[in-house]
Amino acid sequence: MNCNSTTKNYYRTEKLPHIWCPGCGHGTLLNAVVRAIEKLGLNKDEVVVVSGIGCSSRAPGYLDFNTLHTTHGRALAFATGIKFANPKLHVIVIMGDGDSSAIGGNHLIHAARRNIDLTTIVFNNNIYGMTGGQYSPTTPYGDFATTSAYGNIEKPFDLCSLAQGAGSTYVGRGTAYHTRLMQNLVEKAIQNKGFSFVEGLSICPTYYGRKNKKGDAFEMHTFYKENCVDIKVAEKDPEKGKNKILIGEFHSCPKPEYTESYQVIIDRFQGMGV
Amino acid sequence: MADKALHLNKKWCKGCGVCVGFCPKQVLKIEDNKCVIAYPEKCIHCGQCELRCPDNAIYIGGRSDEQ
Repeated sequence: MNCNSTTKNYYRTEKLPHIWCPGCGHGTLLNAVVRAIEKLGLNKDEVVVVSGIGCSSRAPGYLDFNTLHTTHGRALAFATGIKFANPKLHVIVIMGDGDSSAIGGNHLIHAARRNIDLTTIVFNNNIYGMTGGQYSPTTPYGDFATTSAYGNIEKPFDLCSLAQGAGSTYVGRGTAYHTRLMQNLVEKAIQNKGFSFVEGLSICPTYYGRKNKKGDAFEMHTFYKENCVDIKVAEKDPEKGKNKILIGEFHSCPKPEYTESYQVIIDRFQGMGV
Repeated sequence: MADKALHLNKKWCKGCGVCVGFCPKQVLKIEDNKCVIAYPEKCIHCGQCELRCPDNAIYIGGRSDEQ
């Protein structure tokens, strides 16, 4: 097979090339996720990758793990079931911005609130790519989409703040350009025993980029290179973080995990001989 | 270094040009909507193209690897 060893070991190479458009950031983000799994040395049979519907949700189809492609917005609901049925599994959920925060928004906040041990990764390309470029809950104010021809008048979600506010115990943000950071965040997110949320800022040269005159894929990567600042740098010197996109590890605060708390109750009653 | 070589899987390449943009030695170019390793002798095997390619189509491997 004409590819590197990581691709050979962790991808269903017979399914490649993937469906994503030329230059789509999802491929780069997915590679960061795969490298994180490889570095942690997880047993492939104990990894489950779950997705919903959308461009990002095609990802599990290309990966050689236990994979599940579910319905729109419901990836976290299916993942909750998998984790409950077999808490030993590493359940990784890949969703898009529309999938996770529009139709699946309620699943997101409640999975975070419960602190169930799922690793949630959102490939955020600021638009609904698969259906033709409609604006999503993360399309920036004033930006263009096929459904906001005069500029978007809705304010976007800050997904990381949303996840943290809902109770997520690990939160971070990387980008398709900051691929090594993305890998590190996913590694830590998988290791966190509880609900982990990593946002990967993607690039969509076909719809979001074209509608907003952001240039080609390389120029969109360069935008992230020049306009993102690590949260640690911004905390030391707020001037450096002014009007920039903050990236890095935002929150890490372990709390009792849902399936473990449930097991405690089971053990208590079994101990009583009930 | 001598045993390393740059490999390209043209079947997977979509010609997005990300590798061409990030290559610090201008080794690559786009021809007929596909990447081409135009100047392999200039390659320093830094791995930027492999890191950034969204299609896993370019990578640093051994000289004897399948082409």
